[in-house]
Amino acid sequence: MSDVADRVKKIVVEHLGVEAEKVVENASFIDDLGADSLDTVELVMAFEEEFGIEIPDDAAETIQSFGDAVKFITEAS
Amino acid sequence: MFDLTGKCALITGASGGIGGSIAKALHAAGATVGLSGTRVEPLEALAAELGERAHVLPCNLSDAEAVDALPKAAAAAMGSVDILVNNAGITRDQLFMRMSDDEWQSVIDVNLTSTMRLCRGVMRPMMKARWGRIINISSIVGATGNPGQVNYAASKAGMVGMTKSIAYEVASRGITANAVAPGFIATPMTEKLTDDQKEKINVQIPAARMGNPEEIAAAVLYLASPEAAYVTGSTLHVNGGMAML
Repeated sequence: MSDVADRVKKIVVEHLGVEAEKVVENASFIDDLGADSLDTVELVMAFEEEFGIEIPDDAAETIQSFGDAVKFITEAS
Repeated sequence: MFDLTGKCALITGASGGIGGSIAKALHAAGATVGLSGTRVEPLEALAAELGERAHVLPCNLSDAEAVDALPKAAAAAMGSVDILVNNAGITRDQLFMRMSDDEWQSVIDVNLTSTMRLCRGVMRPMMKARWGRIINISSIVGATGNPGQVNYAASKAGMVGMTKSIAYEVASRGITANAVAPGFIATPMTEKLTDDQKEKINVQIPAARMGNPEEIAAAVLYLASPEAAYVTGSTLHVNGGMAML
């Protein structure tokens, strides 16, 4: 697993309080990991901070799963 | 009780009677205060009176860009914005039948839209901090209506609905959002009334007098305090019983 994926997973595990094994490629933050819409906003804020990138609102809305996040951040950073 | 040591508060309309009292009350409780308003001179005078922990942050609330920049400027000056008091407001009274689009829009822009922009601007750091206090100064008129104030009443009622919706969204993050709705308060604005006019107002108030700005500031201080952590989405009416809501 890439460095980006590890770091994203750590944030997701800490923020949503889920087990690391559940944070898989297709895991949806809301449907599978129990996030509410405000959690997803906070996750994006945490990603921005961790990776020193800016995620615009329209892009943030496309980040629905762990895989989406890793893909977006890998491309952005 | 009501110790705000270490908290930073941004207050709009701090050059006015009520805003100045709010700033003084929060400052006296230990908060660092950011004094915003359009007129620099009275802000500087208030900052000088308060001494330490007071910053002057001029802003024209009808300028959207300036409004968006204010939370960042406040955080840069004070370190953070833990408490936001949206107190600034304008009136442009007119009979509804004669009300122009401009009279409507300017009041909505300053009273309601700038409040929304400032709330939005402080939300991200408050979410991260898991602590925040938003206090929007509405008006009795927002609940009761008032002839000649269709625009003002709409803006003040709008603030209440907005405050409740924000309260819903962020309650789980330790952020509260509340409104304070003053009745008739003795300020430079109401000093212009004649004794006869004041008498007519007073008979409508069970307390038989106008309120003073310190009585509004006390309500704001409570809502800003750690003790009010479980109060959110509420409107605290401070009106001497003029409208019991």
